[in-house]
Amino acid sequence: MIGRLIAREVRRGLSGPAWLPAAFFLLVATLVPFAIGPDSKLLERIGGGALWIAALTAALLPIERLVEPDRSDGILDQLSVRGVADESIAGAKIAGHWLAFGPLLLASAVLGALLLRLSPDQLPRLIAALAVGSLGLAALAVAVAALTAGLPRAGALAGLLLLPLAIPLLIFGSAASGDGGSGAFLLESAMALLLVAGAPFVAGAAIRAGRT
Amino acid sequence: MKPLLRFERVTCRRGGRLLFEALDLAICPGEALQVKGPNGSGKSSLIRVAAGLLRPEAGKVESGPLALSDDNLALDRELPLERALGLWGGAVAEGMDALGLAILARMPVRLLSAGQGKRAALARVAASGAKLWLLDEPANALDNRSIDLLARLLERHRKSGGAVVAASHVALPGEWRTLELGG
Repeated sequence: MIGRLIAREVRRGLSGPAWLPAAFFLLVATLVPFAIGPDSKLLERIGGGALWIAALTAALLPIERLVEPDRSDGILDQLSVRGVADESIAGAKIAGHWLAFGPLLLASAVLGALLLRLSPDQLPRLIAALAVGSLGLAALAVAVAALTAGLPRAGALAGLLLLPLAIPLLIFGSAASGDGGSGAFLLESAMALLLVAGAPFVAGAAIRAGRT
Repeated sequence: MKPLLRFERVTCRRGGRLLFEALDLAICPGEALQVKGPNGSGKSSLIRVAAGLLRPEAGKVESGPLALSDDNLALDRELPLERALGLWGGAVAEGMDALGLAILARMPVRLLSAGQGKRAALARVAASGAKLWLLDEPANALDNRSIDLLARLLERHRKSGGAVVAASHVALPGEWRTLELGG
């Protein structure tokens, strides 16, 4: 059942507007030179951080379709009747969401890095940091989606909830994208691990609490 | 005989209103129980409590594997019916046959009519292989032919040692023990 659920999440992610977060990411990355100016030295210095902000905002887009449609359509209930734990549902959603969201984000990050003229030696660090970070973001997105499912104006609320919680990931992630020598990448990985490990329990409890 | 579903002094309160109090219930294999009552009397809540989706205020609910059909379709709307039912596993082809859905196998779920949707939800229950079926308003939106199919399906299920609890404000085909909830 869990395998089928993960496959379903991937299919729904890719058959729906999976390119939307990636396109949004690129759009935000494109805005940076317009706002800052075309100074390539400056862009190179702030490029990594700018791409992280773009990734964070892009992670907000799919939140509304992650949990709420399944809740209102009774799919979560049917899974529960079949004895699938709410935490397992959340775990499957995180895995499926990342598979649909992560690789596309990384591919557009390569394009974004070219746009912002990041140096070639910075690119692998950025991609590694974003790869780990996108896992944490996917976990966070599912947890926030479960917490806000069924609430009015859930989309806006989800943004208010997700962005502050993503700050540690942003700090360590953008530091790891800039400087390979520091321990930022390890700290970022620890942060992402914490999110991936904790999110299924938060989301599972939220799904249970939302059942009326 | 061990009951497939047992309520022991179960009390359910929703939105401050007491729906039923200290309810005892045992459903054995082969039995069919229809929960009756006016709108808002707690029929659906009883089904959800039995399914373990709603925690009763007091009392104990015991049940084995069960299948539930309620108002929600719980099928992916963009998929053809057969694939959408496939997510839930079980004997999908037999379930669809039993409700006359074989010709709709390739129809996207979003195009199904209300009655066809209800039949699809019942087909999932039939395919599940669970002994206990919990049906919330199973006859809603069904035409006469489909009601006959449902009657035959329930008859077969009971003969093979299954049990059914159905909440419905209209009469259901076949023989039922009834439980009347107050209003």
